[in-house]
Amino acid sequence: MSKEYEVVIGLEVHVELATKTKIFCGCSTEFGGAPNTHTCPVCTGMPGSLPVLNKQVVEYAASVGIATNCKINQNCKFDRKNYFYPDNPQNYQISQLYQPICINGGVEIETEKGGKKTVGIHEIHMEEDAGKLIHDEWGESSLVDFNRSGVPLIEIVSEPDMRSADEVIAYLEKLRMIIQYLGASDCKLNEGSMRADVNLSVREKGASEFGTRTETKNLNSFKAITHAIENETARQIDIIESGGKVVQETRRWDDTKEYSYPMRSKEDAQDYRYFPEPDLVPIVISDEWLEDIKSRQPEFRDAKMARYAEEFDIPEYDIDIITGHKKLADIFEQTVALGANPKKVSNWLMVETMFLLKERGQSPEDVSFSPENLAKLIKLADSKTINNNVAKEVFAKIFDEDIDPEKYVADNGLGAVSDEGELKAVVEKVIAANPKSVEDIKAGKVKAMGFLVGQTMKEMKGKADPGTVNAILKEHFKEYM
Amino acid sequence: MSLMDIGAVELGKKISSGEVSAVDAAKDALAQIGKVEKDVNSYVTVLDEAAIIKRAEEVQQGIKDGIYSGPLAGVPVAIKDNMCTEGILTTCSSKILNNFKPMYTAEAVINLEKSGAVIIGKTNMDEFAMGSTTETSYYGPTHNPWKLDHVPGGSSGGSCAAVAANECSYALGSDTGGSIRQPSSFCGVTGIKPTYGTVSRYGLIAYGSSLDQIGPIAKNVSDCAAILETIASYDPKDSTSVKRDSYNFSEALTDDVKGMRIGIPKDYFGEGLDDEVKSAVLAAVDVLKDKGAVVEEFDLSLVEYAIPAYYVIASAEASSNLARFEGVKYGYRAEEYEGLHNMFKKTRSEGFGAEVKRRIMLGSFVLSSGYYDAYYLKALRTKALIKQAFDKAFEKYDVIIAPAAPTTAPAIGDSLSDPIKMYLGDIYTISVNLAGLPGISVPCGIDSKGLPIGIQMIGDCFNENKIIQTAYAYEQTREYVSCGLCR
Amino acid sequence: MANIISDETIEYVGILAKLELSDEEKEQAKKDMGSMLDYIDKLNELDTSGVEPMSHVFPVNNVFREDVVTNGDDREAILSNAPEEKDGSFVVPKTFD
Repeated sequence: MSKEYEVVIGLEVHVELATKTKIFCGCSTEFGGAPNTHTCPVCTGMPGSLPVLNKQVVEYAASVGIATNCKINQNCKFDRKNYFYPDNPQNYQISQLYQPICINGGVEIETEKGGKKTVGIHEIHMEEDAGKLIHDEWGESSLVDFNRSGVPLIEIVSEPDMRSADEVIAYLEKLRMIIQYLGASDCKLNEGSMRADVNLSVREKGASEFGTRTETKNLNSFKAITHAIENETARQIDIIESGGKVVQETRRWDDTKEYSYPMRSKEDAQDYRYFPEPDLVPIVISDEWLEDIKSRQPEFRDAKMARYAEEFDIPEYDIDIITGHKKLADIFEQTVALGANPKKVSNWLMVETMFLLKERGQSPEDVSFSPENLAKLIKLADSKTINNNVAKEVFAKIFDEDIDPEKYVADNGLGAVSDEGELKAVVEKVIAANPKSVEDIKAGKVKAMGFLVGQTMKEMKGKADPGTVNAILKEHFKEYM
Repeated sequence: MSLMDIGAVELGKKISSGEVSAVDAAKDALAQIGKVEKDVNSYVTVLDEAAIIKRAEEVQQGIKDGIYSGPLAGVPVAIKDNMCTEGILTTCSSKILNNFKPMYTAEAVINLEKSGAVIIGKTNMDEFAMGSTTETSYYGPTHNPWKLDHVPGGSSGGSCAAVAANECSYALGSDTGGSIRQPSSFCGVTGIKPTYGTVSRYGLIAYGSSLDQIGPIAKNVSDCAAILETIASYDPKDSTSVKRDSYNFSEALTDDVKGMRIGIPKDYFGEGLDDEVKSAVLAAVDVLKDKGAVVEEFDLSLVEYAIPAYYVIASAEASSNLARFEGVKYGYRAEEYEGLHNMFKKTRSEGFGAEVKRRIMLGSFVLSSGYYDAYYLKALRTKALIKQAFDKAFEKYDVIIAPAAPTTAPAIGDSLSDPIKMYLGDIYTISVNLAGLPGISVPCGIDSKGLPIGIQMIGDCFNENKIIQTAYAYEQTREYVSCGLCR
Repeated sequence: MANIISDETIEYVGILAKLELSDEEKEQAKKDMGSMLDYIDKLNELDTSGVEPMSHVFPVNNVFREDVVTNGDDREAILSNAPEEKDGSFVVPKTFD
C-alpha cells in the first residue's frame, strides 16, 4: 500500500422495542410461535385494514432519544416507504423520513487509545419490522411468515463519525447498555432484536471529502461486524489502488463464507417514493408529556456506579463489571434486597455466573435465573447447610434451570451432616482404618491430618463440613498438637 | 305495489309496526332484481336468496324481541363492493380480487347490521373506485336505469342505480372525488358525502385514503339522515375517525330555511356547464329564496386547480394503497410467471384494468425521486389554499350551492376515450373532498333527454345538518320521481 | 404536449409500480401521462410560496392504542384467501436476498 487510508463509518442500528404488542395492531410480539399465529388483518396487509399507533412505542423511542442526548421532535409524523418485497405485506413500510421523533444527538465512547470521543446521532425514527421469509433449500418456493411483521423498531442513524471497527463496537456496546438500562429492548444481536447496517467509505488520510460509501447488511454479531468492516475496508482500498471506482451499493454479508456481495437486482430501483402516511395522524409531544417521560428515565450506569460505591461494601472492580450489564445489576440489586450479603452476591455473579456464561457461550443478557433462588442459595451456604462444593453444583442447576435450591438440596440429600455424633463415628472409623496416618500425626507430621479430613469427606460423600471434620480431628489428637 | 317503491324509513316504520315483514321487503327487492338486473347490472354479487330470507327472518324476530329498534331494521340494503363483508365476495369490481372473501366486515357495515339491516348484495363500481361512469368494472358496466344506454355515473354507480331501479331500499357508497354525489345526480337519487372522519374507513378498501369517505344513497333526504346516523361512529380502529359532538342528523329535518345564508360560487356556473343543468339548479335556488333563504353570488376561486391537485394526491395514495395486490396473500395470481418479481408484474398487469394502471403509473411517477416536491408537495399546498378558500366562504355562508356535475349522464362509451374530459366531469365535487367537507346531491329536475339533474349543497366541516336542512326544505317542494323501470 | 414521456421513464415507472405493459400499452401510457402532466402543470400558475403542504385536513393528533394484546391466533382466516399455502405460511416463488 503506497498511500495511507482512513476508514469512515456510520451505522444504522435497528432495535426491536420491548412492547407487548406490535406497533400498529394488538398482536403479540412474542418471539417464536408457529408461522402466522401472531397476525391479524393489519399486520398482514388485508385490504381495508388500518393502523393505530401503539403509544408505548413513542415513549420508548423518546426515552432512547433523551438518553442519547437527542432533541425530541415534538411534532412528528409517519411516512410511507414504498417497495415491493414479499416479507412486507402492504408493499410499503410505515416509517419516518421527514419528521423523525429524535434528531441531533450523540453518545460518548472510549477509543482504543483510552481517549473519549462523541459519535453523533443524526436521527432516531420509529418504524415497523418486516415478516420472515423461509427459503426452501430444495424446492422452488419460499414461505412467508408475518409473525414479526409490525413488530416495532427504532432505527438509530449515526453520523459518519467512527474510524475503526473498535470504535464501532464501542458505540454499539454503549447504545446497547443505554437501551437495556431503559428496558426499551433486550438488544440481542443473535436473535435480531438489535441489528446494525454498516455504511463505510475510505479516503486518503487528510482528505476533506468523503469517499463513495457502501452499506453492508446482515451482520448478526460483533464478530461479524468486525470482520465485515475489515473485509469491506480492504475491498474498497483494493479498488482505489487499482484505479477503479467504488460503486455506491448495498451489500450483504455472508457470515459463513466471510465475504459480502451486492444485494439488489435491476428490479430494485431504490426509489422509495416516501409520502406522509394518510392513515395516521401527527404525533404532538407536549412539554408535559416530554417532562413525564424524562421523569421516568431510569438510573443509568454512572449514577448506579456512584450509588453502589456509596451503599454496598464491594470493590470498584465488582461495581464496574456488575453495572456493565443491566441484567447483572438488576439481579444484584434484587438479590441484595432479599437480604443477601452484597459481597457474596457479587462473588456469585463475578465468578460462577461469568464462568458458566463463558462455558455455555452466552452473554449476560441471557441470564434467566431468579434473584430469589440465588438468595436462598447464599442462605444455605451461610448456614453451612451445604458446603462450598455442593453450593457450586446447586448454582449450576439454578443457572440452567432456575431450580429452587432448598427443594433441590432436600430432594437430593445434599445437606451437610453437621451432627457431631454421626461425624465423630465416621472420623473414628477413618482413624481406625488408617494407622499409618495416625502414626505420622503422633510423630508430629500434622500434615497427615489433611489426609484424614479428605478420607472422612470421601466417606461422607462430600456432605460434611470440612471445618467441622477438622475440628473433630484436632480435638482427637490435641495431645500431639 | 312493491315495497321498494317507498323510502327506507317509511318501509322501516311499516316493518316495525308489523304492517309488513322484513321478509316481504327482501322478497320485493329480489323480485325487482329478477326483473331488471340483467339490464342494469347494479350488482357484482347478489347474496343467496335463502341466506337473505333467513337473515330477514332473524331480524324480524329481533324486532319482536326488542333487539332492533332503529328506523332501518329489516330494510334491504346494498353495499358498494369496496367495503369488506366477512365471508362475502368483495371485489372492488376488479379481476385482482375476483375470489376475495374478507375475514372481517367493514365498521360502517357492522353498524348497519347492528341496527337490523338486511344485506341484499354488493354493488358494481368503477374498478377500485377509479372512474366516474362505472364502466371500468371488470364485471361489465352498470346501466343507468333512466336510460339504459347511458352511464349511471360513478364510481358508486351500482349503488345509485340499484336505489333508482328499486333493487334495494337504500345503499352505501363511497366518495373520493364525487363518487356518491355525481352518480346520485345521474340516477335521480339522494346521496351524502359526510365530513371526512365521520364514518369509519375501517374495512373500506382504500383508493385515496385522505379523501375517501363512506356515505348513504337513498330516495330522499330523511332516509339519508337516518342512514348516516346509523353508520357514523367514532372508531378507534380508524386513526382518522373524528369524535363528533353529535350524531343526530334527523333533527335537521325541518322545512325551514328562513335566513339560511346560501352562497352561489360564480365560478361553478360558467363555461362547461350544460344549460339545462344550469337552469334546473338555479330554479331550485329560486325555490329556496322563495322559502326565505338569503342567496348571494360570490367568487370561490381556485376551482380549476382542484382537479389537477386531486389527481396528484389521489393517484399517489392509490399507487401505494394498491401495492398490496400482488398475488401473495389474497386475490388473483397470474398463472404463468418466472420468479418473484415477474409474478408480481404479471399478476398486477393482468389483474388491474386500464384506468387503474393509468393512475398507479401516474401516482408512482409523481412520488418518484426528483418529482415529489414539484408535484406532490405542490398539490398538498394547493389543497391548503382550497381549504382556506372554503373557510373564507363559510364565514359568510351556511351552505354553498352548485351543480353536482356539469352535464347529465353521458352515453355509455363516450367518456373513457378521453381521460381528461372524464376527469373534468368531477369539477364541482372534487374540491369538497380535498377540503374534507360534507356535500349532498338532491334531484332537481329532468333534462330534455329524460335524464335526472342533481343539485349539490356543500356545508362547512361537521355542518351536515345545515345541508340536510336545506336539502330537506327544498325536497318538500317536489315529489320523488322514479325511473321507467320502476313503473 | 409539453411533457414528453420517454421510453426510459415508462420503463422505470413500470419497475416502481410492478406493472408490465405491452408495447401498445406503453405508447398509450406515454401519451396519457404526458397529457395528465400537462394538465397538472396548471398548478404552477399558482403561487404557493409560504403555504404549508396540508396532508391532513383536520388538526387531529395523538391517536394511540394502549400496549395490550387484543388479538389471538387467527391463522386459518388469515390464510383463507392465499393463492398458495404451505405449513401455515404464504408461498411465493423462491427469493434470495
